[in-house]
Amino acid sequence: MKLLTLNFLTCAIKTCKSAPSSFPLHPRDASLEVIETDLNLPFLKNILPRLMWDELRVITSELGLPDLPPTPPTREDLVVAAEDAAVEGEESEEEASQTAKDLHRVLLETTVKEGKLVCGNCGHEYKVLEGVPNFLLPGHLV
Amino acid sequence: MTDAEQQGAAYEEEHVHAVYEQIASHFSATRYKPWPIIERFLKELPDGAVGADVGCGNGKYLTVNPRVFMVASDRSTNLVKIAKQHQPHDSVVADVMNLPHPKHSFDFAISIAVIHHISTPERRIEAVKAILELLRSPLAGNPGSGGRALIYVWALEQKDSRRGWDEGNEQDVMVPWVMRAKKEKESKKGKGQKAIDSSNEAEQPSEQPQDKTFLRYYHLYRKGELEQIIGEAGGEVVEAGYDKDNWWAVVTPQL
Ligand SMILES: [Zn+2]
Repeated sequence: MKLLTLNFLTCAIKTCKSAPSSFPLHPRDASLEVIETDLNLPFLKNILPRLMWDELRVITSELGLPDLPPTPPTREDLVVAAEDAAVEGEESEEEASQTAKDLHRVLLETTVKEGKLVCGNCGHEYKVLEGVPNFLLPGHLV
Repeated sequence: MTDAEQQGAAYEEEHVHAVYEQIASHFSATRYKPWPIIERFLKELPDGAVGADVGCGNGKYLTVNPRVFMVASDRSTNLVKIAKQHQPHDSVVADVMNLPHPKHSFDFAISIAVIHHISTPERRIEAVKAILELLRSPLAGNPGSGGRALIYVWALEQKDSRRGWDEGNEQDVMVPWVMRAKKEKESKKGKGQKAIDSSNEAEQPSEQPQDKTFLRYYHLYRKGELEQIIGEAGGEVVEAGYDKDNWWAVVTPQL
């Protein structure tokens, strides 16, 4: 499971969803795996406004990853500035900045392979096995 | 849960979920071609849109548009493992009745061939409510500006299909899924004996692998029924139609 996905996940228990403490879910005993994928610069730019940055910072710090900057990058931050880039044709393809590469690495390539995701409201633990989190609830919680 | 809901859930566990878990890889091998209306819905999304694929199966709709981000879910762990490979998306195991997403967090959703597996009218409405709840709410004073979901269900009216059901038939049916055993390429034309591989010669006929039939529960929707449950769930139908033995609708939350 990608860390980006945690941006769109919360506790599956209905009564938890209105409780602010149910988001984000907290990884526990997590083993991480980096799975390399192609960097897609337009995709990163477009997903930026959807990121709950403060919550992502909580998750990365809980996972012991390097701190994310206090404020989210801008679209411009993701591209190598024009004067630095080779300026041959005007339509030359934009080049991903180090910031974009770092963001791609943490959001799309860093995955939780095994571990648990814990709800901060009810304490329920969801298992992650072989990279797949399981949100099926036991009968008494449905 | 009420007793009726509990019974409905238990029934679906046995006659839907357990079956898909067993037929996952075989089922997946037969599900690869996206349907055009669904493809169009996904391709018309603005770049960077974020959505859910509720009941994603093997994830065949995750291949359509890599410029959006989809969090797919299915009850079957085996199907989710197959769906997981499609970048840049992600897949989780979850139940449509208890989806693990913050309310109103998605621009779009699709739920293809899912809510026809739900066995009571109340639970069908609950499922549509759960899908609507994923979507962005409309902006004040701008009805229809909320997120949109595309829902597909099997139609009762499909007299030209292999199954031949039509208006007036029973709507709650058990549909067989036959998993063919891997036999040697023996044909109907009687050259079977010759085609048997030498390594199998010693085998008794009784040890020949047998076809296995699994029965899945379906509720076949009659004309207008999908729109009706969408209305009862508090959704507004933006567009709807009939496509190859299925009823479909694009829905949005009401103001
Ligand atoms: Zn919870």
